[in-house]
Amino acid sequence: MFAFVLRRLAVAIPTLLLLIVFSFTLMHLAPGGPFTGERALPPQVLANLEARYGLNDPLWLQIWNYLVGIVVHFDFGPSFVYPDRTVNQLIAAGFPVTLTYGALSFAAAVIFGVSLGVVAAIRHNSWTDYLAVGVSIGAQVLPNFVMAPLLVLVFTLWYGLLPGGGWSFNDPSFWIMPVIALATSYMASIARITRSSMLEVLGSNHIRTARAKGMPERRVILRHALKPAMLPVISYLGPVFVSMITGSVVIDIYFSTGGIGKAFVDSALNRDYAVMMGVTILVGALTILFNLLVDVLYAWIDPKIRY
Amino acid sequence: MVIDQSKMQSLSDRMAEVKGRSPWADARRRFLRNKAAMLGLSILVLVTLFAIFGGLAAQWSNEELDFSVMGQVAQMGQPSLENGHFFGTDNLGRDLYARVVQGTQVSLMVGIVGAGIAVVVGTLYGATAGYVGGRTDQLMMRTVDILMSIPYMFVLILLLVMFGRSMSMLFLGIGLISWLDMSRIVRGQTLSLKNREFIEAARATGVSSFRIIIRHIVPNLLGVVAVYATLLVPLMILTESFISFLGLGVQEPLTSWGALISEGAGTMNYGTLWQLLFPLFFFVITLFGFFFVGDGLRDALDPKER
Amino acid sequence: MIKLFASTALVALLAIPAHAVQPAEGETLADTQTYTYWLLDAIKSLDPAKNTDVEGSDALRQLFEGLMIEDAQGNMIPGMAESHDVSDDGLTYTFHLRDANWSNGRPVTAGDFVYAWQRVVTPETASEYAWYMELMNIQNASEIIAGELAPDQLGVRAVDDKTLEVKLTQATPYFLNTLSHTTAYPVPQAVVEEHGDGWVQPGNLVGNGAFTLASHNLGVDIVFEKNPEYWDADNVLMQTVRGVTVNDNNVALTRYQAGELDRVQIPAGQYPRLEEESPEEATSVPYGCSYAYVFNLSEKGPEVLKDQRVREAMALSLNRDVIVDQILQGGQEPAYTWVHWAINGFAAPEGNMGEMTAEERMSRAKELLAEAGYGPDNPVQLELQYNTDDSHRLLAIAAQQFWRPLGIEIELNNVEWKVHTDRMQNQDFEVARYAWCADYNEASTFLDWFRTDGYNSGKWSNEEYDRLLAEAATAEDTAPLYQQAEAILDEENPAVFVYHYAKVDMINTAIKGLPRENLLNTWYAKDLYRVAE
Repeated sequence: MFAFVLRRLAVAIPTLLLLIVFSFTLMHLAPGGPFTGERALPPQVLANLEARYGLNDPLWLQIWNYLVGIVVHFDFGPSFVYPDRTVNQLIAAGFPVTLTYGALSFAAAVIFGVSLGVVAAIRHNSWTDYLAVGVSIGAQVLPNFVMAPLLVLVFTLWYGLLPGGGWSFNDPSFWIMPVIALATSYMASIARITRSSMLEVLGSNHIRTARAKGMPERRVILRHALKPAMLPVISYLGPVFVSMITGSVVIDIYFSTGGIGKAFVDSALNRDYAVMMGVTILVGALTILFNLLVDVLYAWIDPKIRY
Repeated sequence: MVIDQSKMQSLSDRMAEVKGRSPWADARRRFLRNKAAMLGLSILVLVTLFAIFGGLAAQWSNEELDFSVMGQVAQMGQPSLENGHFFGTDNLGRDLYARVVQGTQVSLMVGIVGAGIAVVVGTLYGATAGYVGGRTDQLMMRTVDILMSIPYMFVLILLLVMFGRSMSMLFLGIGLISWLDMSRIVRGQTLSLKNREFIEAARATGVSSFRIIIRHIVPNLLGVVAVYATLLVPLMILTESFISFLGLGVQEPLTSWGALISEGAGTMNYGTLWQLLFPLFFFVITLFGFFFVGDGLRDALDPKER
Repeated sequence: MIKLFASTALVALLAIPAHAVQPAEGETLADTQTYTYWLLDAIKSLDPAKNTDVEGSDALRQLFEGLMIEDAQGNMIPGMAESHDVSDDGLTYTFHLRDANWSNGRPVTAGDFVYAWQRVVTPETASEYAWYMELMNIQNASEIIAGELAPDQLGVRAVDDKTLEVKLTQATPYFLNTLSHTTAYPVPQAVVEEHGDGWVQPGNLVGNGAFTLASHNLGVDIVFEKNPEYWDADNVLMQTVRGVTVNDNNVALTRYQAGELDRVQIPAGQYPRLEEESPEEATSVPYGCSYAYVFNLSEKGPEVLKDQRVREAMALSLNRDVIVDQILQGGQEPAYTWVHWAINGFAAPEGNMGEMTAEERMSRAKELLAEAGYGPDNPVQLELQYNTDDSHRLLAIAAQQFWRPLGIEIELNNVEWKVHTDRMQNQDFEVARYAWCADYNEASTFLDWFRTDGYNSGKWSNEEYDRLLAEAATAEDTAPLYQQAEAILDEENPAVFVYHYAKVDMINTAIKGLPRENLLNTWYAKDLYRVAE
């Protein structure tokens, strides 16, 4: 197990390097630069700007300096588009927000999704089951860029219950709409996966045995069925996490949460090389880490898997 | 929105198990008995017919401006049989019916071509890795591991920014990021196929590796590939809608479901709700259709109590 | 020019005291004096030397104050400078500063201006707006930016703590008008040197404006609190000002309607409905920007556009009335001149195409195209490039449809902003949408764009036009010269002028004091107050 984790971490480093070089090159090849603006800058001013940010060095040297900055000083450099702030500051401001509503959405999606799926499976072919399946398919395909403005309309304008946007770490009323908008479709997918895998487990031999022994149904489900039924759900969690980070763009746009999703899209469109690289590396590293966690969790639940 | 990998695994295990006779005859029978799948299939057929022939019924083209409606869309632009705007008009007075037909064509095409690219690349890659084995396999699958930990939506955005927005870039970008899972499943199945008698026989008679892969391995992967492709199409359509929302999708005067929905969602409170509901309706039922058919196909090929 | 010059000198001469902000008869002040306005996007920078956009300028105007500020009509009134003298040759300006403090209690000195202006041109600062000091014609600005002279050679000097002397390279009639711009604000040397790039972050920032920075969460909001150290703080009623970022205009409107915002832009096409529903709140005032489709007339441009008849036909046949009345619907005006119609003292040239009827324009356009050998059977093929934005998209689609029946086939090319500007600057386009906003309220701010060495992305060039503008720079009566220049544009059509902007907003009726007659929409929160409802 330990060796497995170590091996996976070893792969992580070249992966990140590849990601950095790839994104860096792609970004610099794109037309326009961070200082392309409405008014063409006088060549002298442009030269001053490029010198300040080291953009007049050859590409390989820029990548090298960038890597050295990260490895040696953990410094992702200054932002081009937000010259008052460094990338470290921007990420430090935006990432906790994304992480907070992301983690809450993740928890909500798993808790409600699994509950819904289990209930549907137990009441197989009842109206509860059909309702759960219907709702979860519907929720799965409703784009969150439709749901987000709809939520603001309903909860802020019509009922005046929740603030229409903004962020505060101290006031949960700011969290509710982002979490609903982000979690719903994943909750629905998790419910569907749970339901079908639960049905499979409930039909398997060891559950029949447990029932035959006269074990109470509640105990059968919680002790014997739930754990194996969770395996497919767990393998689904890695991708969910990544899509949630990507999906946070929509949340940041509609709810003014100030997270890193919007920061990434903006930085790509504004050629803010430094912010874009910072966010890509962060998300890449998190993806690797999270996939690893999922694998470990998987191994812990499923005794058949050995690394 | 991700495909349930464990079910795919179970399916591919089963597809590899079945020996001798084709599993297709039984599967067809089971599939036809599956009501949800048949419903899904009918929806897909209808939507496809709509995409192909819907344009014939349109009274307006998808880019003509109706000046009598323009500027007072909320009052004059609602769905109406009289003025030929069956689905109403968009904010510029363009016929929404014609635009939905055309958006359906684009979205279906993105879905199918994207899934197609993923299937072709994934199958060839996975089959090659599995069949060749050894170092090559190691290297190829490590690469897949590495690529899988790249946040692909970020890369897609970068690609569209870098190469500009075009239909082909969109197809390519969406297809190229979704073949990874496919290649893993195919590789697994190839591994279990490659020591079968018929493959060994072919090898003994001196058939080239490439030919063996194409002629003998790939056809035997058909079940898995078909199911996977069916489930991949809705994912591609969803991805496209997200890209359109970001404004990086297909370009005017062409449109897609994603572009239409995101336009309609913006104006949902301005008394022009039809602009959201018509494209959303087609979007939702089509995704339902693909899910039902995909699930049904899988259950038919890999029957288990679910 | 002279008129403008004289009126500002007069203001300085009389040194009118800033008027006290107070509620009108019958108005009761609200208990909490707050104003919440909408920001489309996060504010990029709060550093006066590095700010480049409107959102940043709106914020900086509350935090800092330049030598001059603007009144509700956009006229220059004394800010930090109580009065000033001009030498006879117009080359030397001497400003006498008032007694004012920074928000940390230290006095604002002439040295702060010297430091700030030198900082803008210093190559190490890498200010994108360094060219602004060149626009101001300050001595040696260009040489310092180019790195040929040391920054302390800039033509600006602190005679003593309260006297600032500025030397110009040439008499510049609009010089005083440039002084309310953010680039010309003073900055506190000690604070900048202590904190470096981060000196404008909340907690570090020290300003001399009517407000201080309470917090600034990128992409969420920015909050300003009244500055008790401000020299005119007794006359400021507003206590808290908040700018809230909402990236989606439609959601912003929803939040305005829910009472979360006091001011928001009205999305394209929604003004008539809102005007009917809430006539008190929906407002539309002229706004000093013009929208155009620029033709690429450079070497790289398409051959067909070099034919003046084709350009004129396109200009004639674009139906601006439909664009403003049926698409934008917010009180914008059809444009047949590049200069915004509401610019001070500007009159459109006689006999321009705006005076023809729609039918006349259409038939003339067909004639011209036929003469040039084009028509529906032999269409002109062009590509129209625009940057990603809903209203640009709508207009481009409409333009495509207007031109099609004549035999002008347009292919739309939507690119993001960075690519758009990059291509325009390198003449990699055929027809491109463009908009220019006035820097100051005078026609030359627009007309300069088409000078041979102006921004002029399409590389149109006309000697007579250049001569007229050069003459206007020192002429006594500029209006006829500008009119002649516009007549040349009307004749040669280097671009199709589409419409003149209006600022179309929903404004909470409780908020008073927002300027309605300032074409550049410059507003100061110190002039605002909220009345009880």
